[in-house]
Amino acid sequence: MAEIIEMPKLSDTMTTGTLVNWLKQEGDSVSAGDMICEVETDKATMEVECFEDGVILKHYAKEGESVAIGQPICAVGEKGEEAPAVEAGGGASSDDSGKSAKESESKAEPAKEPESSKEPKEAPKSEETKGEKEDKQPKAEDAQKEEAKDASDDEDAKADAGDDKDVKVSPLARKLAKEKGLVLSMIKGTGPGGRIVRDDVLKAEKEGTAKPQPKQAPAAAAAGPAAPFIEEKTIPVTNMRSSIARALVGSKTQAPHFYLQIEVDGKPITDLRAALNHKLSNLPAEQGGVKFTVNDLILKAAAEAVRRVPAINREWKGDKIVQHGGVQLAFGVAIDDGLLTPVIRDAHAKSLRQIAFEAKDLIGKARNKKLKPNEMSGSTLTVTNLGMFGISDFYGIINPPNAAILSVGATVKTPIVDENDNITIGYRMKVGLSGDHRVIDGAVGAQYLQALKDILETPSVMLV
Amino acid sequence: MAVITYRQAIKDALAEEIMRDENVFVMGEEVAQYNGAYKVTEGLWARFGDKRLVDAPISEAGFIGLGIGSAMMGLRPVIEMMFFSFVYVAWDQAVNNASSLRYMSGGKINVPLVIRGPANGGTNVGATHSHTPENLVANFPGLKVVCPATPADAKGLMKAAIRDNDPVFVMESTVLYGMEGEVPDDEDFIVPLGKADVKREGKDLTIVAHGRSVLMALEAAKELSEKHKIEVEVVDLRSIRPLDEETIIKSVKKTGRALLVEENKPYCGIGAQISHLIQRRCFDYLDAPVHRISAVDAPAFYSPPVEKVQLPEAPIIIREALDMLNVKR
Repeated sequence: MAEIIEMPKLSDTMTTGTLVNWLKQEGDSVSAGDMICEVETDKATMEVECFEDGVILKHYAKEGESVAIGQPICAVGEKGEEAPAVEAGGGASSDDSGKSAKESESKAEPAKEPESSKEPKEAPKSEETKGEKEDKQPKAEDAQKEEAKDASDDEDAKADAGDDKDVKVSPLARKLAKEKGLVLSMIKGTGPGGRIVRDDVLKAEKEGTAKPQPKQAPAAAAAGPAAPFIEEKTIPVTNMRSSIARALVGSKTQAPHFYLQIEVDGKPITDLRAALNHKLSNLPAEQGGVKFTVNDLILKAAAEAVRRVPAINREWKGDKIVQHGGVQLAFGVAIDDGLLTPVIRDAHAKSLRQIAFEAKDLIGKARNKKLKPNEMSGSTLTVTNLGMFGISDFYGIINPPNAAILSVGATVKTPIVDENDNITIGYRMKVGLSGDHRVIDGAVGAQYLQALKDILETPSVMLV
Repeated sequence: MAVITYRQAIKDALAEEIMRDENVFVMGEEVAQYNGAYKVTEGLWARFGDKRLVDAPISEAGFIGLGIGSAMMGLRPVIEMMFFSFVYVAWDQAVNNASSLRYMSGGKINVPLVIRGPANGGTNVGATHSHTPENLVANFPGLKVVCPATPADAKGLMKAAIRDNDPVFVMESTVLYGMEGEVPDDEDFIVPLGKADVKREGKDLTIVAHGRSVLMALEAAKELSEKHKIEVEVVDLRSIRPLDEETIIKSVKKTGRALLVEENKPYCGIGAQISHLIQRRCFDYLDAPVHRISAVDAPAFYSPPVEKVQLPEAPIIIREALDMLNVKR
């Protein structure tokens, strides 16, 4: 009895997953615990585990395909067994459409009528022989045949990847056009159904039409607009990108943001970091060797400051406000095609060393898209740092359901008026805070920033 | 070079090989005293006697089995099927024993056997006499299958088949027996097995055909050239197995279009095999999908006008070629 494996719910916010990669192919044997495929959720790429022993009978989803939670992705059964048929768009198939919704929902027992499962395979076959039979019929049926032929040709053309993919063109003409550097979309097809054939390419070459855009640019430059600097392209929206868009639009439109900024003397933590790294970075790990980043120190300080102003650590629940007892500290990690916010658990109770170690681990996982949903959820406060890009001040958008986000800028050398009214050289770092006014008020934000400044400027207090 | 009939060309090949090699003999129903149902062996019994022309009772399983046994012992039998459709009666001998003996004996036993006779439709002899079994036979590894379309090929392929050390099926086309053509006189003229022949050169479209369909393709090619200025290249397979893949591929790469014509039924026909070959090896050289013309997928019709519609005739080939080139007819 074949079992249908469905798209699992891999994170709280996930509704669909993109099947990135099949780790087990059709016909491969699997045992419980094996990873069968990789799925990209709205946040991460995760491996899906198999809970059955058997053979992968059939993949219902192709690589790159987006599948809703609960829809079948593959069938596992005994070798030689027929894979259960599923309806297009997912769902276990049922040849009896009169069956109750309840029944069709219990997908663990997919309809397995051999006849209905064979149907998809046999239908094209009989159509083909029919087509060939028709080939011999006189004119009357030709129009019908022509239509069928054109329809299938269309599909062929669409299936072709690459440039000009919507152009109907024979493989030979495509190859010739490529060799001669001609643009297919500018060639008129004279083959059946408007297909571009060899003669059309040769004609276009002879007449000098269908030259590629860049070659025409100099002539057109005088009159028309210049050729684009970089080729325009369309970028598909990944699950992650659409999840970021959804979350942040929600945050910015629903949480009334207010903004505060404080200037911190960056010298003490810069010095502390230099001193620590000087002593520790060359030691082996077992002897306590570690290398800290400025960000590690800021994370530690941000968690520490919550001790002094616990009201910053709140969450808006609509009819109530929850003040969390511990700091679940998220921090922004920019990756190639998005932004992730992994969470350091119980940051208030962790040493600088632990925080540094965990942050490094999470950054590595984030960049490899290996973060698990539980490593990205449940934050109570978020820190984002653009100092490494030379940004001195900015305000982040609050990461729901947090009440605040800290935006840390670069430490900049700047003239300072000291207590004796002398102008000296100082190191200043600006820390911004975006707060959700539903939950906290300006004064709470200000107190928190003050506490943070105090800790950053006397970093030895982080040792306690 | 003499101009002789297809029937005479086969007879000459048999006579020359009987004279050349004392192990060659011809056996079948009415091949000796009656001079052959289709008169292919006419006069040979009078010339060579009982030992070389052997009349067999109506017992295909028996005399094909006898042929295999004598071939195993070193003789070179040529077995005539009165109609090729009768080979099914001896299917176990023909495709089970003959095909596998060399393999199963580890190469120690050869079966230098020829099974020949009239095949194909077109003579209004009904469903049970009009079979075109070359695709069926070609399905068995160990068997060779040839289908001559001209008198010269008929003689050359027959001589090559008799001299070959494996079982070879020579499928003659009943309707071609009276066709005349030039045939080399040379006693050692052979057409090697496994070599196709370009019967007409062209640049716009390749027609791949064998047997009687070659003549239909040539007729169609002539009209396409005269009326539409379309130059069709006609590749005559001659051998169904082994198949001359390189000649087919060379031609399709040259013209960019392939139309496959066969008298086989479409299902699992030879065209399906060649279509696969072309898409596999010539995909980037195709200017149109591969098209196929085969017999209508039904038992052979008895009625002459209806049978004519069932088989690939020149007008059907012309129509399909014009479609492929998108020329209005």
